[in-house]
Amino acid sequence: MTEDLEIELLLEALHQRYHYDFRHYARASIKRRLIHARGQLGFPTISAIQDRVLHDPSMLPRLLDYLTVQVSDMFRDPSYFKALREKVLPHLRTYPSLKVWIAGCSAGEEVYSLAILFREEGLYDRTIFYATDINPEALAAAETGVFPLDRIRKFTENHRKSGGKSSLSDYYTAAYGRAAFDKSLRSRVVFSDHSLVTDAVFAEMHLISCRNVMIYFDRPLQDRAIGLFRESLTRNGFLGLGSKESLRFSAHAPAFSEFVAGEKIYQRRER
Amino acid sequence: MTETPIKAVAIGASAGAVQALLAILPALPARFSLPILVVVHVPPDRDNALAPLLQSKCRIAVKEAEDKEPIEGGAIYLAPSDYHLLVETQRTLALSTDELVNYSRPSIDALFESAADAYGPELVGVILTGANHDGAAGLKAVKDAGGVAIVEDPTGAYATAMPLAALEACPSAITMNIDAIASYLSSLGPA
Repeated sequence: MTEDLEIELLLEALHQRYHYDFRHYARASIKRRLIHARGQLGFPTISAIQDRVLHDPSMLPRLLDYLTVQVSDMFRDPSYFKALREKVLPHLRTYPSLKVWIAGCSAGEEVYSLAILFREEGLYDRTIFYATDINPEALAAAETGVFPLDRIRKFTENHRKSGGKSSLSDYYTAAYGRAAFDKSLRSRVVFSDHSLVTDAVFAEMHLISCRNVMIYFDRPLQDRAIGLFRESLTRNGFLGLGSKESLRFSAHAPAFSEFVAGEKIYQRRER
Repeated sequence: MTETPIKAVAIGASAGAVQALLAILPALPARFSLPILVVVHVPPDRDNALAPLLQSKCRIAVKEAEDKEPIEGGAIYLAPSDYHLLVETQRTLALSTDELVNYSRPSIDALFESAADAYGPELVGVILTGANHDGAAGLKAVKDAGGVAIVEDPTGAYATAMPLAALEACPSAITMNIDAIASYLSSLGPA
């Protein structure tokens, strides 16, 4: 009970002092992360973390790393990427230029997946990708495009299952236990700080991919984020969510139709 | 066994899980009125065939848990593969793709610790067969919150490591064989 109060106060403090607003994040996972952070950072209590972060801004990025890091693989859920390739990209092909938003891109696994997908389908050069996250360190990591080599086997298998037309090894150089993805894969990517909690629409998009972010939000915050996506999408634009996420309970559900059943790919209805 | 009325059951199982669950869940009466939250360690890529299998044998509803779903009585909720299943304090379900816990996603500890938070003394936690240590810390959390902690008797379990680890972390847990677990849970059922 005391701990729940301490968490409440810490989240309030982060919001008032640094404008990072986690107050409407799903509480059970935030609590797990904070208890993990408390142990790893060597604090006796959550209140002790609050005391430090309020007075020492250098503490903030370390704390954000615990609060925001989400783990993904390249081409996570290969059937999702296969559905994009086979069902969505044929529609996008009809546009002379394309904008794609990867919202909550974390360390960039999905950014590189989509860049490779668009390159394989011949759409990369006419697309601008916006990759956004609230965590500056995650964005910086995404921008380097370096992943531990031991994760590549999984990425390669996923890429193949997604209908990959090339070998994933064409896109990276391996050295010293790490795989560095080709710079050309981010020549058309804009990495930028953006919060689905507090920021507004910034461009008109043809495709928004936001996977396994909504599960961390409570209902009202989910509605805010989906509302942003709705406003951002061009007519008949596409929205892809995580495989266990759904618009079913959203206030914005009527604005979308299911485009690929089972893959959580939605299309904004024409108005 | 306890003075506080039980409002929910959490079950964790790993190696040998399917046989153990098939011995327990189909024994529950059609009028069973509590929610049952289940984490089974399954490989991340496999389509979850467990829900349809259990549904074909059980008298109460079996489903894969959905994010933000309110928890209803008389239903069995399975953690989806590659997601942690958590309970929010307002007694709704939440999924997470946070890092593996005990090399596992879903993790039994993650479910049990959050369920202990949400239900306190109104929760029964059950650790079944398994060849790892997941669930030990979770069962302790259930006990610490005043709930009922049950462990499958290691002498009869398909894999003993998980029950033994749970008993080591939570020595006051009650050990029962599978049949006793089935009848105990059935007795909690109708209101």
